Amino acid sequence: MTTVAVKPATMAQALTRALRDAMAADPSVHVMGEDVGTLGGVFRVTDGLAEEFGADRCTDTPLAEAGILGTAVGMAMYGLRPVVEMQFDAFAYPAFEQLVSHVAKTRNRTRGRMPLPLTVRVPYGGGIGGVEHHSDSSEAYYMATPGLHVVTPATVADAYGLLRAAIASDDPVVFLEPKRLYWSKDAWNPEEPTAVEPIGRAVVRRSGRSATLITYGPSLPVCMEAAEAARAEGWDLEVVDLRSLVPFDDETVCASVRRTGRAVVVHESGGFGGPGGEIAARVTERCFHHLEAPVLRVAGFDLPYPPPMLERHHLPGVDRILDAVGRLQWEAES
Amino acid sequence: MTVTEQRGAYRPTPPPAWQPRTDPVPLLPDAEPYRVLGTEKAAEADPELLRRLYAELVKGRRYNAQATALTKQGRLAVYPSSTGQEACEVAAALVLEEHDWLFPSYRDTLAVIARGVDPVEALTLLRGDWHTGYDPHEHRVAPLSTPLATQLPHAVGLAHAARLKGDDVVALAMVGDGGTSEGDFHEALNFAAVWQAPVVFLVQNNGFAISVPLAKQTAAPSLAHKAVGYGMPGRLVDGNDAAAVHEVLAAAVRRARAGGGPTLVEAITYRVEAHTNADDATRYRGDAEVEAWKQHDPIVLLERELTGRGLLDEAGVEAARQDAETLAASLRARMNEDPALDPMDLFTHVYAEPTPQLLEQREQLRAELAAEAEPEGAQR
Repeated sequence: MTTVAVKPATMAQALTRALRDAMAADPSVHVMGEDVGTLGGVFRVTDGLAEEFGADRCTDTPLAEAGILGTAVGMAMYGLRPVVEMQFDAFAYPAFEQLVSHVAKTRNRTRGRMPLPLTVRVPYGGGIGGVEHHSDSSEAYYMATPGLHVVTPATVADAYGLLRAAIASDDPVVFLEPKRLYWSKDAWNPEEPTAVEPIGRAVVRRSGRSATLITYGPSLPVCMEAAEAARAEGWDLEVVDLRSLVPFDDETVCASVRRTGRAVVVHESGGFGGPGGEIAARVTERCFHHLEAPVLRVAGFDLPYPPPMLERHHLPGVDRILDAVGRLQWEAES
Repeated sequence: MTVTEQRGAYRPTPPPAWQPRTDPVPLLPDAEPYRVLGTEKAAEADPELLRRLYAELVKGRRYNAQATALTKQGRLAVYPSSTGQEACEVAAALVLEEHDWLFPSYRDTLAVIARGVDPVEALTLLRGDWHTGYDPHEHRVAPLSTPLATQLPHAVGLAHAARLKGDDVVALAMVGDGGTSEGDFHEALNFAAVWQAPVVFLVQNNGFAISVPLAKQTAAPSLAHKAVGYGMPGRLVDGNDAAAVHEVLAAAVRRARAGGGPTLVEAITYRVEAHTNADDATRYRGDAEVEAWKQHDPIVLLERELTGRGLLDEAGVEAARQDAETLAASLRARMNEDPALDPMDLFTHVYAEPTPQLLEQREQLRAELAAEAEPEGAQR
């Protein structure tokens, strides 16, 4: 018997496979959004679903995000499990009121009698040369809204596993897809999809002893690259991929920081009022006596997202991460 | 053909063969609001239905008065009264079948109880012991919606889902004149028409959005005319004529159930009381206007019709009054009891399973409550 070679798959393919498998497994799963039907989505993530499951299961909606999410709420009230696609991060804002006032609150409002099992897929983040309104990191808004789970994959296997978990969840999940990783490849076997992992668990992507890089989504590959580059400086960096921003995995993050004694949070989102502030505070509150230096943040600048020809200056890169690592008070070691 | 694509045949016709998609004329509302009471059409109305409507209107008026009184006594945090609008409230509930769904806004607790929900549970939001007191699935009544018009797309989605499942459910969604300015009103009507969802939109045009009159809200010929832009019929009805509101809504529900798609109904009525107990209506309207509307009161109109035709006598009026007093007395007694509150409930229903962060915070509150319960000075 020969070994089956596993072909590289892209994150977009893994997401498509997750949607397809979820729809095949559960007739209450309905995909809806702008251009998700005939076109297969602007990123082709819903490719083939309308053909396979029909237009009533994968529906091209009118171009109105509040209407899409609002009708999805009603569908969920009647027992369906809608998976909504917001075409781009910044185009999801019209749906914000539905998300905050209803999606996030209805379970609590009704004492658990009316849960809303729906998934809102949002391609997010920059680095694809998009013009204005196509590159926002909107995760802090969602994190600040109790009642939502906020999940973001950084690997091909997680894209599949976490999306399946999101769709299966009885709570609403904002599923943030790092759009610059849509075409990232990995040796992932679509014929034997990975197990569905529970939402809320971070994972150590790279073990190290010197310091912990805490990151998620689009910044994971940058942190992995930075960790490789750091070896030349004599630093052995650990990299934690959060995967889930809400619920937050304090346990995995703090276990890592207690081992290394130093931490840098890395994300594209702006630093002021961004996720890194919350993470740094949580780590400091829980690991203060293990810390050799303040927890630092490497974030996007506090700017409206730059035009594509300038975005490389905004996005956290390897050098900016290594600079931060260099400021973790190593003098005390010597 | 699939449910969602049944109207998908339309494409812009290349020139020179321009043609409108649909003929707008049948969609247009009548110039005058539809009326039954005091017209010859009243003779065709079912006497039993009229008597039922009358009993419910009288109860509704008394309920509004009792809830307002309870607010003044501090038993409710706030009460937006539907006094003067009882015909719309009651008819909206009575036109629906058991398996249909009602989507109320915050002023519609009367419609909610007319649908069968326990009055105390219907008032939970306004009493403030929780956000929704009733199980929405029990009587198929969505939670009272406070953000204006946001409940309308929910009604469309639910009706659409029911149709996808092959159930003949109709959703009736209630909104006010101010709510028609919201984006969600537009999006809901558009989705409903595109999907031909079995939804009836009932706009109670009561003249004011808190203090702002309709003239500052819209330049449309009528709110019902807005339907035409979406490709659905708009109907204009006298919202204080319970028989007319019932007839127009019932026709819209029948049409929706038969697969004919959504209808927009504008019921012209008047908010006799202030916006809520916290509002002062004398700052934006005069007594003369209010008095004029009281001459066109829904109970007066229906009582005049029923007694004039010998369908209601003194004893019938008294019986309705007694029923209303019984409801008010029960509401008074039950609302004068303090509700049971458990602060731990704050953490129970945010998620199916509380997050680790919420579990920590729950323990924090538990400790705070335990410390509060200690005798004075025992702790420090």
